[in-house]
Amino acid sequence: MDSGIDLKGSIIQSLIDLGLPPGAAKVVWMPLPLGLMLVVATVGVLVAVWLERKISAAAQQRIGPEFAGPLGTLQPVADGLKLLVKEDVIPNKADPWLFTIGPAIVVIPIFLSFLIVPFGQNLVITDLGIGAFLWISLSSVAPIGLLMSGYASNNKYALIGGLRAAAQSISYEIPLALSVLAVVMMSNSLSTIDIVNQQSGYGILGWNIWRQPVGFIIFWIAALAETERLPFDLPEAEEEIVAGYQTEYSGMKFALFFLGSYVNLILSALLFAVFYLGGWDFLVPVELLADLLGFSINSPVVQVVTASLGITMVLVKTYLLVFIAILLRWTTPRVRIDQLLNLGWKFLLPVALVNLLLTAALKLAFPAFFGG
Amino acid sequence: MNLAQGVQIVSLGLLTLMMISAALGVVLLDNIVYSAFLLGAVFTSIAGMYLLLNADFVAAAQLLIYVGSVNVLILFAIMLVNKREDFVPMTRGWVRKGATAAVCAGLFALLATMVLSTPWSISEAMPSTESTTLQIGTHFFTDFLLPFELVSVLLLMAMVGAIVIARRDIIPDIGSASEENLSFQLPERPREAVGALSESGSDSTGS
Repeated sequence: MDSGIDLKGSIIQSLIDLGLPPGAAKVVWMPLPLGLMLVVATVGVLVAVWLERKISAAAQQRIGPEFAGPLGTLQPVADGLKLLVKEDVIPNKADPWLFTIGPAIVVIPIFLSFLIVPFGQNLVITDLGIGAFLWISLSSVAPIGLLMSGYASNNKYALIGGLRAAAQSISYEIPLALSVLAVVMMSNSLSTIDIVNQQSGYGILGWNIWRQPVGFIIFWIAALAETERLPFDLPEAEEEIVAGYQTEYSGMKFALFFLGSYVNLILSALLFAVFYLGGWDFLVPVELLADLLGFSINSPVVQVVTASLGITMVLVKTYLLVFIAILLRWTTPRVRIDQLLNLGWKFLLPVALVNLLLTAALKLAFPAFFGG
Repeated sequence: MNLAQGVQIVSLGLLTLMMISAALGVVLLDNIVYSAFLLGAVFTSIAGMYLLLNADFVAAAQLLIYVGSVNVLILFAIMLVNKREDFVPMTRGWVRKGATAAVCAGLFALLATMVLSTPWSISEAMPSTESTTLQIGTHFFTDFLLPFELVSVLLLMAMVGAIVIARRDIIPDIGSASEENLSFQLPERPREAVGALSESGSDSTGS
């Protein structure tokens, strides 16, 4: 793969041409991708919330939101605005500092993880050498925020919810990391860009999902547990512990939790697409298509088309996974906490270890297929 | 001084301030839960320091191991032990605090003189742009192979030990009913039957 479109280089170049000194041009560039990624994440959440409402309605033979905008698409915006202007209540005997910091600690690492999400060869904020590892370590910070808000609420349900959330995310982090490690081992790199490049070239046949049939199931289960989606939403099980660590929250702080959980869902789906579904790769290699149609892959028009095709593919794969997650949420019952921990420690962990060892063995035996 | 250097100096200052004040908070605050959360802040700022030193893998590992695992376990332990005990204020409490402060000041003075008197060899060379993960891996499997393997054996031993302790059924009950063994039990509140919960319902949780 060659460099493709270099947005950073061209924008900085055009700013320099406008008369800015090179340093200032870089300073102007720097916040742009960050802000763009924030906007992308937030809009992604709005779409996911709308999908959740519509799909849950369809699953229960209702219509769902209908009046706010066409097909109710503005309903999430209305929800967000409502939460924004709602009164921010801090319970009487709660710990005001920890109560306020808790949601922030939950949300910040999730947004930071968007640093490594690639939408194309150059459409990523930073191509870190430790990309996948950074995501794993950042996602391990969130339980501290959950414990903090659970403790600070001064409410038994909240404390139990916080403890459950922390136990759950510690248990499922290990199979998650092990399944990512198998992918990393095949691509010889922790960088998300390299992981996608290693899968490209053969279209849908080259995707890791064929080479990691066990790994992707483990990843999906562990990711659902990390995002506290329904087969595993023990921390906020409504029938048992009201709403878990969110019980005492309202207004903007609750909105942060809500936003965080949906951003986390989208992030997990994005990374699933990157690790197992070939990221921005089309079903057939775009080089082949361009050759077939008689275009040069390096001509500017084809570059723009392939870049937008790449972004579309990432979003299509992501929202397909989000759809599956939502469908799972509205069709499966919740597991018990002991079943959840048993599944994590006694089943997923050994299977993930065996999967890692098998991948290593296959990589040594067939370096051509499993990344030499 | 260009932009990158400015950012580095400012973040070094901020990280130092955050680390020192959080560490002081860990030691000086009375509330043990605050101390545990501030410990997480200390670990995070150490990770930031590693980032400034171009050790990105070590920074992420610091975040994963110390903040994500060690600190969460500490918090877990604090929140699950529901020990309620009113401490009697000691009459000569300041003696202990004063002695601790003196020892700490002495240690600080020793370390400070060591830092100032050692001729550090500061290299002006640019750090290599090779992936730090690769470098660490190469070192682990060449010149640091023995410590690496020994550490893995140590971790295995710790894991087996933890499992043995956690599974009480493996340990034979040696005189668990005898009176003198009671002092070794965790000072928890006695387990209440579920029906008795309504009487103690006004207790707040584990704070």
